[in-house]
Amino acid sequence: MIDITAAGLDFSLIAPEIALLVAAFIILLTGYVRGLSNLSFTIAFIGLVVGIALSVGQWGQQASGFYGMVTCDNFGVAFKVMFASITLLVLLLGTRYMKSRGILKPEYYALLLISTMGMMVMANTTDLVVMFLGLEIMSIPLYVLAGFARRSLESNESGLKYFIMGSFASAFLLMGIAFIFGASGTTELRRIVADIGFIIDHHRIFLYTGVTLILVGFGFKVAAVPFHSWVPDVYQGAPTPVTAFFSVGPKAAGFAVLLRIFLFGFAGLAFLSSVFWVLAVLTMTIGNVLALRQKNVKRLLAYSSIAHAGYILVALAVGGENAISAAVFYLVAYAVFNLGGFAVVTLLETRSGCKSDFVELPGLSKAHPYLSAVLALFMFALSGFPPTVGFFGKFYLFAAAVKANFIWLTVIGVMNSFLSVYYYLRVIKASYIDPSEKSWAPVTYSPAMLVVLFITVIGTLGLGLFPQQLLQFAREAIFAFL
Amino acid sequence: MIPISAYLIVAAVLFGIGTVGVLISRNMIVVFMCVELMLNAANLALIAFSRALNIMDGHVFVFLALAVAAAEAAVGLAIVLAVYRNRETVNIDRFDMMKW
Amino acid sequence: MFETFFPILLLVVFATLLAILLVTFSILFGRRTKLGKKGESYECGIDPVGSTKDPVPVKFYLIAILFIIFDLEVVFLYPWAVISRKLGLFGFIEMLVFVVILLVGYFYILSRGALKWD
Repeated sequence: MIDITAAGLDFSLIAPEIALLVAAFIILLTGYVRGLSNLSFTIAFIGLVVGIALSVGQWGQQASGFYGMVTCDNFGVAFKVMFASITLLVLLLGTRYMKSRGILKPEYYALLLISTMGMMVMANTTDLVVMFLGLEIMSIPLYVLAGFARRSLESNESGLKYFIMGSFASAFLLMGIAFIFGASGTTELRRIVADIGFIIDHHRIFLYTGVTLILVGFGFKVAAVPFHSWVPDVYQGAPTPVTAFFSVGPKAAGFAVLLRIFLFGFAGLAFLSSVFWVLAVLTMTIGNVLALRQKNVKRLLAYSSIAHAGYILVALAVGGENAISAAVFYLVAYAVFNLGGFAVVTLLETRSGCKSDFVELPGLSKAHPYLSAVLALFMFALSGFPPTVGFFGKFYLFAAAVKANFIWLTVIGVMNSFLSVYYYLRVIKASYIDPSEKSWAPVTYSPAMLVVLFITVIGTLGLGLFPQQLLQFAREAIFAFL
Repeated sequence: MIPISAYLIVAAVLFGIGTVGVLISRNMIVVFMCVELMLNAANLALIAFSRALNIMDGHVFVFLALAVAAAEAAVGLAIVLAVYRNRETVNIDRFDMMKW
Repeated sequence: MFETFFPILLLVVFATLLAILLVTFSILFGRRTKLGKKGESYECGIDPVGSTKDPVPVKFYLIAILFIIFDLEVVFLYPWAVISRKLGLFGFIEMLVFVVILLVGYFYILSRGALKWD
């Protein structure tokens, strides 16, 4: 029996999580106190900055604490910094929008922070049960955030659908973990790795059942086809800043855990590669094909996010150091330009009555040449054109696939990229070429939004000019991973 | 002594009933109950494995899973309530505002 | 196998027998009336008034939802209570932290007025 004492708990390993949690608690407690309620944004901002700083301080550490429940390595730290930065950007880009819809409440900040903390918990462990807890801490606030516009029917529907699919997926995941536990007697990935040969020999059925169930559970979370059907509705119905958060945060967290579980924990199971092969092909193809005929930009970006999940699944099929670092690279790059795209959509939607349908775009290039140029840049990045970081993301992924002899997967992936160009160009065409009928209601920028646009544009172009540095960073992040 | 396979069969059956219920039920509340059924099937499997392997960890996980299920239940009921206030229905087929 | 399940079998048999016995006795020896109070849902109690499908105020749901959470979180106190002596001061402080986290939720609810009944 383990003798539990204070010595076994190293709170410095979970300091960033604690910072976010404390910030969220302060917001909840002061949010409805007269005179203090305006401080919520500041507190959330400070909490996130402290969280990022504490995470950065953990870089290079290789420690395990809380009796194996928490593992602090570069991989986790890289993702923790990424999650907190994403939330910071979402915070900046969303405040004005939420205010204009009358739904800017202290809970919005608190839920974002708690959700981010859940993602950090997920990335910061090699234990399946802690991953499950982190996933739930992340997901439960997201259900509420999706339905945050209480009076809006779309938002209601979005929250409801997300809740049902999310909890359905969690049940699969928990069942999977139960079977893995039954097969191996532990939920610690490192101990599973050590025993994997014995487990395959003696408890093959339990192990395979568990792995399959876990795969289904995470398939739902990262929106892999055939578990993607909830994505478009949820993305379209949720308030736009929340959608921006959905499309990058939980996705990155899901992939962080998928990479850990399947390329570290169950790397000994050879058949998984072909399973991911099929998932990747299905996900990118169906995501792209369904995106072709969308009439709403938010919905288009939802399908595009499914397709991008497909590209990252390529890394899971390929495996190995190159593919994993490429996946980390891709997740960072995707977070930057997808957040940028959503920032533009959010900005357009702060005009009253705008639902970001395609028919509302014409005239944008005349009224706001800079904004439409920025939108075009993000669309080019999403489709993977060379000067942007989007190109290098795909390039490294497919290069890793070719190197590992996944020729067909690469061919299908590249063909899919070409297919996706069509619908991204439709957005650009709508804002530049299509004739505008009615007069264009002007967009007003807020300073926070300008900061977000600036950061994402610089990120998209700058990382595109110096991709080697980001790749180097990704390699260091997965250094202790394999 | 009842063999572990008996518990696992019960867990699998409960899980199956829950899954089918989520997929075919038209009432939100019933869908919700089916999800809870699935979670509890997983709990049963965890307990059974824990007992069979003689490791206490599984019991602790069940505590955690129970707490998670409670949080999910609370949020789920709140969402259902908010939806019901706006729509006056709990029939899933009626939530079709967004398609394709 | 048989020894394990025999008590259950015995229980099932006795339960069935008892049920059959009671029903037959009441059919054989009981007096039957079909009038008045016999037809109502509660034979001895308050007279039912109106339909059972009356809408319940949302307040009740809210309280129920909040109750689920606070009720189930207490589950973590039991394992601690069992070995609280062994864990000593350290365990006590850990549990205090846990309760403080719950308290934050409680004060939030209070500040939103979710527990005000009127």
